[in-house]
Amino acid sequence: MKTKPNALKIAGRKSRAGLQNGHPVVPLRERRLNFGDKWDYAPAPEESKNYLIAPRHELFINGKFVKPQSGKHFPSINPATEEKLTEIAHGDAADVDKAVKAARRAYEKVWGKMPGRERGKYLYRIARIIQEKMRELAVLESMDGGKPIKETRDVDLPLVAAHFFYHAGWADKLNYAFPGRTPRPLGVAGQIIPWNFPLLMAAWKIAPALCCGNTVVIKPSKTTSLTLLRLAQIFQEAELPDGVVNVITGVGETGTAIVQHPDVNKIAFTGSTDVGKQLAQMVVGTGKRITLELGGKAANIIFEDAPIDQAIEGIIAGIYFNMGHVCCAGSRLLVQEGIFPTVVRKLRDRIQTLRLGNPLDKNTDIGAINNKPQLEKIRELVQSGADEGAEVVQSRCPLPARGYWYPPTFLTGVTASHRVAQEEIFGPVLSVMTFRTPEEAVERANNTPYGLSAGVWTDKGSKIFKIVSQLRAGVVWANTYNKFDPTSPFGGYKESGFGREGGLQGLAAYSRLD
Amino acid sequence: MSTRLDVKKTYKLYIGGKFPRSESGRYLAAKSAAGVHLDNFAHASRKDFRDAVTAARAAVNGWSKATAYNRGQILYRAAEMLQNRAGELVNEIARSTGIRAAAARREVTLAIDRLVHFAGWTDKYQQIFGSVNPVATSHFDFTTPEPTGVVVVLAPDEPSLLALVSLVAPVILSGNTAIVVSSEKFPLPAATFAEILATSDLPGGVVNLLTGKRAELIPHIASHLDVNAIVDGVDDAELSAKLQAGTAINLKRYARRSLAPADWFTVKVENPYWILDTVEFKTAWHPIGV
Amino acid sequence: MKTSARLRPGGQTPTLRSATFPPVAATQRRITPQTTVDQVMVEERAGAFAKRSIKTSAKLAGLKLAISMMDLTTLEGKDTPGKVAYLCRKALQPAAPKYGVPPCAAVCVYPNMVKYARKFLGDGSPVKVASVATGFPSGQYPLRTKLDEVRRAVGDSADEIDMVIDRGAFLDGDYAKVFDEIASVKEASGPAHLKVILETGELVTYDNVRLASEIAMQAGADFIKTSTGKIQPAATMPVTLVMLEAIRDHFFATGVRIGMKPAGGIRNAKQALAYLVMVKETLGDDWLTPDRFRFGASTLVNDVLMQIARTVDGNYQGSDYFSLP
Repeated sequence: MKTKPNALKIAGRKSRAGLQNGHPVVPLRERRLNFGDKWDYAPAPEESKNYLIAPRHELFINGKFVKPQSGKHFPSINPATEEKLTEIAHGDAADVDKAVKAARRAYEKVWGKMPGRERGKYLYRIARIIQEKMRELAVLESMDGGKPIKETRDVDLPLVAAHFFYHAGWADKLNYAFPGRTPRPLGVAGQIIPWNFPLLMAAWKIAPALCCGNTVVIKPSKTTSLTLLRLAQIFQEAELPDGVVNVITGVGETGTAIVQHPDVNKIAFTGSTDVGKQLAQMVVGTGKRITLELGGKAANIIFEDAPIDQAIEGIIAGIYFNMGHVCCAGSRLLVQEGIFPTVVRKLRDRIQTLRLGNPLDKNTDIGAINNKPQLEKIRELVQSGADEGAEVVQSRCPLPARGYWYPPTFLTGVTASHRVAQEEIFGPVLSVMTFRTPEEAVERANNTPYGLSAGVWTDKGSKIFKIVSQLRAGVVWANTYNKFDPTSPFGGYKESGFGREGGLQGLAAYSRLD
Repeated sequence: MSTRLDVKKTYKLYIGGKFPRSESGRYLAAKSAAGVHLDNFAHASRKDFRDAVTAARAAVNGWSKATAYNRGQILYRAAEMLQNRAGELVNEIARSTGIRAAAARREVTLAIDRLVHFAGWTDKYQQIFGSVNPVATSHFDFTTPEPTGVVVVLAPDEPSLLALVSLVAPVILSGNTAIVVSSEKFPLPAATFAEILATSDLPGGVVNLLTGKRAELIPHIASHLDVNAIVDGVDDAELSAKLQAGTAINLKRYARRSLAPADWFTVKVENPYWILDTVEFKTAWHPIGV
Repeated sequence: MKTSARLRPGGQTPTLRSATFPPVAATQRRITPQTTVDQVMVEERAGAFAKRSIKTSAKLAGLKLAISMMDLTTLEGKDTPGKVAYLCRKALQPAAPKYGVPPCAAVCVYPNMVKYARKFLGDGSPVKVASVATGFPSGQYPLRTKLDEVRRAVGDSADEIDMVIDRGAFLDGDYAKVFDEIASVKEASGPAHLKVILETGELVTYDNVRLASEIAMQAGADFIKTSTGKIQPAATMPVTLVMLEAIRDHFFATGVRIGMKPAGGIRNAKQALAYLVMVKETLGDDWLTPDRFRFGASTLVNDVLMQIARTVDGNYQGSDYFSLP
């Protein structure tokens, strides 16, 4: 039977009663998604009572936990509650000296001579024990640093184990890594790591160093020492020979002592560009090898032909993952002008569904800011953005009364000359700018002294490869963001540092190839 | 006065993750080097081989798509399980071959370390043997190794465990699946090792083990159209010629590893180029341009 | 994309209703390119919803909401009035009164069974009668008979029609034909609300699912539905997410809220809750209602009830204690 065309209602045409096919049509200005509390999630705290934190922690030198020379300790707090968790040993130059001596002894007598196959087996053991204690380590990391348990459990800890596994396998295969060369260890490596991925940064530093036959003196950030100290206990359990890894907790000067110690052969530092430059200056003329992994102000470029909803997810992951405390965070969003209103609307809706709160709650997406100075810096920079004329859009999520918190935020109307487009904020704050052509996008993306990472979102393959080749950044993510793997080298161009960590290229930093 | 009777074990085949008897219903008697009867084991037929190939083919998709990390974890797990049951293997090797326990222990220890060694290659050989190629046109061009598919591995008589482990690990670490034909004289260590693989989270069908007589299976191995490669660890020229005839039939890749028994104990065997014998290089091009 | 210019029987050149497809909404003064979907990211995002931990009071509320959203389904060649009676009774009162469980949203049956379902439920029942139609599940029948089926089911007092799209036409690139058929069925449905089954398992790619969703909504669907449940894969989280995103964009473009129904493949309470999390965090509170979201399921109901009972009573349940639909 033939149907009559004119009897059909075609979607898109309003009927007189403001209905369409019987559905109410919401007027344009009222079209909103309502993320209310119709179905609230109940608290879902991760079990943490069973993981006891000792009231005081000491240094780890030569396979044992020992008191600092000065006898001094400083408090370490949980940034989500401002409660004191424990006291951490204040290591000074004398402790550093003891540690370097232990590391040197271990290198000369045991580790530097050990066949690669056996070194590898120690690393495999450590990887296995980490896997067994993953939950405990994830909880500790969340409590110590403020990160959501969802991230420590699902991202940080699996990567930590994977780094040890990957490098365990290289220990007896280094002859294949450097064509035409027989690699040898450098000796004692001094390593300084930051507070944003405490245990993961420890894995990135320790695993390759040990795999290549070096021994280590490592200093965590003063606000996040717990998981590295727990890792030291794991080294004991794995029967890692004494002195192969030594942990000196402390403050800024403690790190300087490590860098300046004459018997350290190699320095590895992850942290701010400012401190990185100072350390680079310190090692001039000393013959010490150095690698630096510093700050960034990555551009995340989204083209009109990107798969839009997935690009939004990538942008969100790029800046709000780990509260934006990520050197490679996609903190500058470059949106092609044509899709700017759509992208902003979707971002605004999406940040409303990010849950901020107790890091130990399994449903928390945004945890605490790690420390007060950082929180102050974030506030100051966002204020500068507002003062300089950008529009600030923030999630309306409630902030807990105690602890250091900042809601997911983005600023629109940002131009290249705004401070928020130039300075690294290191917080859950995204600066949104527009562009018209691919050339302009690349130009603006490269227009920064930093060069750690970048993101590109487009459905067109040839465009991806073209843009990737033009971006001056050490890591480029296309149609994804914040992906890490032990097999994939990571590191920056320009003032984001030099040297690579992970993968085949990452082994060079810890080997002598002459 | 009654003495307790032992419960004797029949050693079965390992196909598709299960332990079936031979469909032919035949058995052989395993004897020690001194001719003492040990236990009975399944005598694989050409139909068992056919079933093993089917199981191996079915497993290729899943195994080759598993991440390199995951494959490495499983091989390491096999090392853990072998370490845990080392005593059992030492006993099997010693009572079969007649060598002293210390020598058997040395063999088992090396087999464990070899599994650990190859576990570490799963996520590295691509970085060494693959490449990004600087072609003269505006194209992104890369070459990456991919597993060839189903591989038949023939293990020599001695060393009955170590050679098998050293032959199989480089084959499966890249995502291939394997049908292993064990030592003919000393099959019991291989059969026990299959049990260890079965409890190491290795998916069924990735490794299949056939015990029995090589000569019976060779013509079917050589002519099977769904076998992609043969790794021949048996140091026998006549056998080798028969297997290589298979290349003429469907271009099976053939790799021969003729080593004296003592050679298997050396680091010569920890050779990543063995991995390349069962991979294919895929090169892909994509334009660079907006 | 071809537009259909074939002559209909009767010799009249049809108005190409779909010639303006995609219709340019008044609010959008530009041609939008086809929306593409990145597989890896969409699957990652879909997986993130399942990681939400829904406990205690939230779990109980969510499970009861899930029951109220269920279309209890029987679609077998061997269906009889007797079977339909069991189904209707279960839908009206899924569990013992002490658990405070609401009735299900609807029962979903073949056209021949509609009148029996109506007889058992009566008029004005809180449980709606949904009928599959249009040559379910394959749809490989002439339009004429498909429309007749729809009219008869509505005549037998079906409240809702679940139609299947012409996947052959879709995969052949004849999007106009797909559009036209949906529009025709919508007309034939009269007062009944229309769910359009895309059969995502046959469309395979997320890009196709997105395009089919847009065609269905623009042609008049009240709900878009993933699957017939007769082939694998049926509903999955990523496919559902793609469809929810299409609904979201449609809402902002037109102001109309279209509903969504994943069907088949949702076997347990945990999965059901993950779907609700996905709806909540993609579309918000306005879609957390049986008027805008349904589950097509048969075995799901008892697993959800067992979880409700566990939450209320405190112990793990056994299937002997819950009636079969």
